[in-house]
Amino acid sequence: MSTPAMAYERATDVDAAVAAVAGRPGARFLAGGTNLVDHLKLGLLDPDLLVDVTRLPLREIEDVPGGGLRIGAGVTNADLAADPRVRASYPVLAEALLAGASGQLRNVATTGGNLLQRTRCPYFQDVTMACGKRDPGAGCSAIGGVTRGHAILGASEHCIATHPSDMAVGLAALDATVETAGPGGGRTLPLTELHRLPGDEPERDTVLEHGELIVAVTLPPPSPTARSAYRKVRDRASYAFALVSVAAAVDVRDGVLHDVRIALGGVAPKPWRAEQAEAVLRGAVPTAARLGEAADAELAAATAQGENAFKIPLARATIVAVLRDLLTEELA
Amino acid sequence: MTDQLTRRAAVGEDRRRADGRLKVLGQARYAFEQLPAGAAYLVPLLAPVARGRITAIDAAAALAVDGVLGVLTHENAPALPEHARPPLRILQSPDITHRGQFVGGVLADTPEAAARAAGLVRVEVDAAAHDTALAWDHPDAYVPDTVNPDYPAVTEDGDVDGALASAAHAVDVTYRTPMHHNHPMEPHTTVVTWSDAGVELHESTQHPHGVRATVAELFGLDPETVRVVAPYVGGGFGGKGQLHAHAVLACMAAQTVPGRPVKLALTRRQLVPNAGHRTPTIQRVRLGAEADGRLVAIEHDVAEHTSRITEFAEQTAVATRMMYAAGARRTRHRLVALDVPAPSWMRAPGETPGMYALESALDELACAAGIDPIELRVRNEPETDPSSGKPFSSRGLVACLREGAERFGWAGRDPEPGVRRDGRWLVGSGVAAATYPVYRQSATARVRAFGGGRFGVTIAAADIGTGAWTVLAQIAADALGVAVEDIELRIGDSALPPASVAGGSSGTTTWGTAIVTAAQKLLAEHDGDPPAGAEVTADAPPNPHADDVAMHAFGAHFAEVRVDSDTGEARVARMLGVFAAGRIVNPRTARSQFMGGMTMGLGMALHEATILDHRHGAIVTPDLAEYHVASHADVPALEVHWIDEEDPYVNPMGSKGIGEIGIVGAAAAIGNAVHHATGRRVRELPITPDKLLGLG
Repeated sequence: MSTPAMAYERATDVDAAVAAVAGRPGARFLAGGTNLVDHLKLGLLDPDLLVDVTRLPLREIEDVPGGGLRIGAGVTNADLAADPRVRASYPVLAEALLAGASGQLRNVATTGGNLLQRTRCPYFQDVTMACGKRDPGAGCSAIGGVTRGHAILGASEHCIATHPSDMAVGLAALDATVETAGPGGGRTLPLTELHRLPGDEPERDTVLEHGELIVAVTLPPPSPTARSAYRKVRDRASYAFALVSVAAAVDVRDGVLHDVRIALGGVAPKPWRAEQAEAVLRGAVPTAARLGEAADAELAAATAQGENAFKIPLARATIVAVLRDLLTEELA
Repeated sequence: MTDQLTRRAAVGEDRRRADGRLKVLGQARYAFEQLPAGAAYLVPLLAPVARGRITAIDAAAALAVDGVLGVLTHENAPALPEHARPPLRILQSPDITHRGQFVGGVLADTPEAAARAAGLVRVEVDAAAHDTALAWDHPDAYVPDTVNPDYPAVTEDGDVDGALASAAHAVDVTYRTPMHHNHPMEPHTTVVTWSDAGVELHESTQHPHGVRATVAELFGLDPETVRVVAPYVGGGFGGKGQLHAHAVLACMAAQTVPGRPVKLALTRRQLVPNAGHRTPTIQRVRLGAEADGRLVAIEHDVAEHTSRITEFAEQTAVATRMMYAAGARRTRHRLVALDVPAPSWMRAPGETPGMYALESALDELACAAGIDPIELRVRNEPETDPSSGKPFSSRGLVACLREGAERFGWAGRDPEPGVRRDGRWLVGSGVAAATYPVYRQSATARVRAFGGGRFGVTIAAADIGTGAWTVLAQIAADALGVAVEDIELRIGDSALPPASVAGGSSGTTTWGTAIVTAAQKLLAEHDGDPPAGAEVTADAPPNPHADDVAMHAFGAHFAEVRVDSDTGEARVARMLGVFAAGRIVNPRTARSQFMGGMTMGLGMALHEATILDHRHGAIVTPDLAEYHVASHADVPALEVHWIDEEDPYVNPMGSKGIGEIGIVGAAAAIGNAVHHATGRRVRELPITPDKLLGLG
């Protein structure tokens, strides 16, 4: 038996990249490789073709006519975090990016790749453990095990892993949209609909089809009166995944929360848009009590897995704290 | 004390690292960076269960991969001697004694082929019930004969229970520390060539001669035919003090391809179950004191684990035997033998977990008695070593506490916990003491005159990033009365005169003493002017004062901690250590040692833990993303100071070891500061946000 070769191709245009992957079940896109290369080393993946998409013309951050930004999927996390428009108008995104990974990783990790990174659940990353995300139908080894990092929202009996991205949490709070190219043409979908909950198909992290490539992420025009922030709670000050993170944007007009958007990280299999909390707050006069009610509304459905029970009070405290800090004037 | 270095021109001088430039330029070749022609690559196979028996290994698919040279298993591995250390006796039977144990290896022309083939080997096992969980009341707990290296496991002095019962103040507290891993930057690595002429290993080790002896013994070789080369080692922290099983696997593989170099570098995931670790500990500390804080009783009772196949008993309560004065004292170690990898040395084995518990308990006593924690320690300063009755050769604890208090700004500290706020942060400060013994081992140095005032100095010492390349040349220069530039030092090679392990903070003491002894002998034999070619080889003698004085280094840690009252995140704002470690041979490399130890102590306090899923006996923190060592962002303003300490007893240089004391007590200082900040006493490390919730 000869060693099966893993082929490598460098794509020069989007259509060719899509065609190359779509036509081969064992093919994968390769961008920054900060997650995929790990998976190759860990034996989680055995692709027969890697299609390198880093040379595609997807590295620009463009102004959208009428407001907003269109971020090419190949823009690195470092470049996106440093972009003056992002820093000025979407601070929650810049803060989320800089809270993620390390400087070295952010220099190569891309916008599209960041969204598509897979869970860091230790059971997923260990091929000697049963894992339905890796091996459909295999069940979930994490349940009943070491669950300190696992989900309290959106999990299923088939998977309790969390999505590790910080950037995606910031984008979820910004109502970003994702633009793809695929074998059947492209589509645009809200970022909050890109990732899916595990249900009984934990192997499917997103709604993307095989061969479908994220080409851009678009941010809507910023509200001139909005304020936003990202806070990440973690076991060490850098290079640690979130225990809980909160991205929030508030837009107060005439003393009333005209708009509020909250997304949570570290607590769910996807960037978790906190719609229940938002509903409590939208149109309301912000008070300390109301912030707590909003957090409680969101976490009413939270389920602990044992060791991660602390995430419920931690998420509550962090939601309240981030909103409190954004609404200092109004609460005074 | 005629052996004392009389000239101290180079010793004490702040000198740049002799190997620094090479390292910065990437020219210091570490073991795996050896690039011998025609190398073959080895990938180990790991046991998939914690206990059981291999029923079948099917290597057919692996052997069919292009470039695969062979698959080692227990079915074809060479026999090793029965008396060899059990963790090294790999592939001798189908038995599995811990998850991740080496059960085979695939050798191939390329690392890619070896890795791919390793994934194709089918190992079928019959799993047996296992137990990996340490518990205080574990039914299998036993008292070992001795604890590392050879201390009694139990001591009892006076009426502890009576003294506790009548004490004005008492604390009875239990602390827990998790399993820890050394995690040096450079993974465990072997490059070995086996031929009729002999065996040559490039090994990432703290002890070239130890590796040589072990390999020779395991494979029935004349030690003179085994050469171990290790000029540069990317950290060890005790984890490379003994030979581990990967090197045995590499030697077995190399035997199958005589003359061809075999390269093995463990991945983190392979390293974690196979290269030693620090046992988890459960420690009950009981202290009784008079109204004025003077201790009347100290009890330190420890439960910890070892592997079912080999005993390593961390000497966790040993420092408690000599640290403070008390009328009555009891210490005890109990072990539980579990289906875990073999524990081993990790930076200050014993003192690190033990002083965490003792120094935390002392802080609890200070709070209970309403006495300043520095003053409490000063009041319990012993006149002689409580464990031996001997006088101390020098004891600088009080000086360190006083100097540290002055530098840190301790005066006027409000002892009330949980009352200082800076915005959302709760702020507090803590102090703890440090100690580490002065060990001396045996070593031999050779000094040769080159003429023109130049000398060659050779000894098989290992520089594991500590600075041995630098400080041994300084010591030799003063012993010979020449400039450091006139010393040509060679270390890190078992072809050189034998040296002890770079462990127990004993390297500079042992190797330096050997060098001074040889140098003085050479000068004496030639009236101070040895001609070119003159040479002396000499051993470091045992310390002539060993029976007369107790020799220890001391220190004091101060920490300021901020705890986020929203989230319970604890961050160290600043940390300051003062040490009394005899004469500092090189301030620059010494500072790095202390700083590294303190940083590791910070990680121990807030971050580090190896976590097992006991259902599987599996480590679920097998990489540096999950096993959190302190990141740069966690390490704040960190100050290191020392007091000038003259100790004529320890060795000719007057130096004490500094490699380990920096970690000792550091976690306690931080934990004590967390209490001062929040009013919460977290008695289980690491102090993560989940343990500090609800501070509001």
